[in-house]
Amino acid sequence: MGSTACFIIVSRNDIPIYEAEVGSAIKKEEATHQHQFILHAALDIVQDLAWTTSAMFLKAVDRFNDLVVSVYVTAGHTRLMLLHDSRNEDGIRSFFQEVHELYIKILLNPLYLPGSRITSSHFDTKVRALARKYL
Amino acid sequence: MIGVGKIKQYSNVLDKPLSRGKQEFCLQVSLSAFAFLFSELVQYNQTQVDNIAELERRLEDAGYAVGARVLELLCHRDKGNRRETRLLGILSFVHSTVWKVLFGKVADSLEKGTEHEDEYMISEKELLVNRFISIPKDMGTFNCGAFVAGIVRGVLDGAGFPAVVTAHFVPMEGQQRPRTTILIKFAEEVLRREARFS
Repeated sequence: MGSTACFIIVSRNDIPIYEAEVGSAIKKEEATHQHQFILHAALDIVQDLAWTTSAMFLKAVDRFNDLVVSVYVTAGHTRLMLLHDSRNEDGIRSFFQEVHELYIKILLNPLYLPGSRITSSHFDTKVRALARKYL
Repeated sequence: MIGVGKIKQYSNVLDKPLSRGKQEFCLQVSLSAFAFLFSELVQYNQTQVDNIAELERRLEDAGYAVGARVLELLCHRDKGNRRETRLLGILSFVHSTVWKVLFGKVADSLEKGTEHEDEYMISEKELLVNRFISIPKDMGTFNCGAFVAGIVRGVLDGAGFPAVVTAHFVPMEGQQRPRTTILIKFAEEVLRREARFS
């Protein structure tokens, strides 16, 4: 019995640049596709919501059955989206803030093209470690 | 080499801290080093292009990359994770925060254009990047401030306010060197969104 959680980073141009299943539950193959579908469907709502507030953490924007989509929008309109079934808002907020810092460090690399996929394995390791810590 | 041993070595850039901490004064770049680098950037691009417009576009693109990163970094570090959603908000962000971090001072002035609703101007008596550059007469209206215009365009574009940004020389009465004005012309959608919100 674990928690389901699917985390993606979507760039300004609506292209996913990073994906990770970070839940501790056993993963089923169809579930992965469904998670990604739900997250992408929530993008429309995020787009409208992002312009109504100057905060970065948008909390829960959409739900599907018992899964909740939480979103964190950065200054450059890169969206960090998490699909989860837990209700731990503070943990999710801290998770987003830490991943945001990691994302900025990746972005500061002059050889990284903003909007392209994040391929750093170190980044992947750190995100998964943060997910285990906060989620 | 006193003090070198005190700087902690990180194995990966993702582990280095993002905020400046106590090392604020160690992390400034010397003006001459920057001016040298910038002059090399301009000269390199000059060899790659045939005309002035292309050269300006290349400098702008170089600035655009800087702007996109500056926006994210400063919103996180100096603005405590608040995004800008209004036009005046993002303009004053560029005019004060971005200018202060990049050039050490806020921009001289921020004005709204009188002829068109969608034009704004940031003026500077002398742009830092232009301080050691003189333009030969045969290059006409070329301005190396195109690099700074690119930075501004990168910041605005990243924040969701697409605009056309250009740098112009404006001759001033009684002054030898002309003033530089960064002209910002916002896209239609920005004005429509602003109208919806106000």
